[in-house]
Amino acid sequence: MIKTRGLSKVYGNKKVVDDISITLPKNKLIAFVGSNGAGKSTLLSLIGRTLDRSSGDCYIDEKEVKDWNSRELAKRLSILSQTNHLNIRLTVHELVQFGRFPYSQGRLTKEDEKKVSEAISYMGMDALKDRYLDELSGGQRQMAYIAMLLAQDTEYVFLDEPLNNLDMKHSVQIMKILTKMVKELGKTVMVVIHDINFVSCYADYIIAMKDGEIVANGPSDEVMKPQMLEKVFGMEIKVEQFGGNNICLYYT
Amino acid sequence: MRVKSLSKEKRSILILILIVAILTSLFLFLGLTGKNINYFFPRRLRKVLAVFLASYCVGYSSVSFQTITNNKILTPSIIGLDSLYLFLQTIIVFFFGNAGVSKLTGLPNYLLSIGLMVLCSFFLFFGMFKGNSKNLYFMVLAGTIFGGLFSGLASFMQVLMDPNEFSLVQGKMFASFNQMNTDLLSISIVIVAVIAFLARRDFSKLNALGLGQAQAISLGVPYRRTVFRTLMYIAILTAVSTALVGPITFLGILVVSIARNLVSTYRHEIRVPIAVLLGALALLGGLLFVERILHHSTQISVVINFIGGCYFIYLVLKEGKS
Repeated sequence: MIKTRGLSKVYGNKKVVDDISITLPKNKLIAFVGSNGAGKSTLLSLIGRTLDRSSGDCYIDEKEVKDWNSRELAKRLSILSQTNHLNIRLTVHELVQFGRFPYSQGRLTKEDEKKVSEAISYMGMDALKDRYLDELSGGQRQMAYIAMLLAQDTEYVFLDEPLNNLDMKHSVQIMKILTKMVKELGKTVMVVIHDINFVSCYADYIIAMKDGEIVANGPSDEVMKPQMLEKVFGMEIKVEQFGGNNICLYYT
Repeated sequence: MRVKSLSKEKRSILILILIVAILTSLFLFLGLTGKNINYFFPRRLRKVLAVFLASYCVGYSSVSFQTITNNKILTPSIIGLDSLYLFLQTIIVFFFGNAGVSKLTGLPNYLLSIGLMVLCSFFLFFGMFKGNSKNLYFMVLAGTIFGGLFSGLASFMQVLMDPNEFSLVQGKMFASFNQMNTDLLSISIVIVAVIAFLARRDFSKLNALGLGQAQAISLGVPYRRTVFRTLMYIAILTAVSTALVGPITFLGILVVSIARNLVSTYRHEIRVPIAVLLGALALLGGLLFVERILHHSTQISVVINFIGGCYFIYLVLKEGKS
């Protein structure tokens, strides 16, 4: 279980994440929503320990993140950051192999190799496995990174805007895989998404942020209400039922 | 595919070993006769050993520095480690003077220089790395400025110095394989061997660091500790190679870029040996060229800097296009 107490991040005198205390439910697809600069990615990075916090506590499975051995924690929690510019040339297979790093420190066992090929197959990337990442499209590259997370096989998976710059087909594909990771593999997936309708259709639980604070959190159906959304985004958003899903209309 | 690429990497290493071996034997045995063997052979052997040590220092430092900074053009010389060394040397000569320097040559000076260098870099890196918002680029920038400060202060002191004392400092300002102290060679071998052994254990972490800071942390690499340790290794190796043969960090950009063009692997187990072998190749080739063809009319650093400079311009043009 993930729990934070008074978690804050301050840049200069601007509080980007302001005193957040929250307990995240397990085995759910949790979406962080909010406008640009609301602090979603920062909160995600603070919990995912890729960013140093200014103050507060953060517990993963009842243990303070700072007290975790970094290698052991990497077997429980993985995070995919937003920008993934690489200076090295890697094939898909080599990238996914890195997912096994916490287990074998680069010396892969037979078991590791099995997990790697399973992860690649799970993403349906067998045909692309020997291609270099810089030869792939943005969507395929994102799928390869998610395959790496799969190979890392952690209970908690954090993704910072995985749908950024992706076309509809890849976006849907990735959301379906994330749902499958929750339903089939029992993982807890936390994801920052800007497209509110993807959140509405796939997320089980929503955490809405504004100005570094949480303004709403709860099961999807409870948060996907016009008055809630207006509070979060500061604009009028209509919510209509369509094919069993709540769809937000905010274009005009 | 994987098997094929592995054999390509191994082939590159083997070919490089072969070329370096040929150059080494050329360097060692060219013009040796029964009469002069006792004079020339030990001297040449020492030079060859120094070349290999310096190549390792430069090869490892450049490759790992590019990995931790996630940048293809930076080399450790950017953070002013060799200016720091020259600055320390200038201070020693400046304050202890001619008389003091005669006591301070050889081993004591060497250990003092390396000790000071490690101490200074420790505080530099530690201070830069401690704060919350500070990152590696902050450190690199600060290092660049400190490097400028050190070389500025050094040349200021050199102006004030007695010309005889200045000539002592000047001797240390250029890379040279001719004036080497044998005592220093053996202790350098020990230091480099220890660092090489320790650094080898971090190669897999450096491989993961190639994915970038956030991804490496996600994979469980203790980021700060690994980067700090690597920077300290780099500082020590730079101190050793500079003390032994003078500033040769200019070699770094050359070897690390050619190494990347030869094999496009992320694995430091391959990249470091290739960079080291390329360094040895460039130094041995440069020495042969300077000694046999130019008859000592110029310094090896001039030859290598010329080739390195041309290559750097080519690199910048190529990066600009892509």
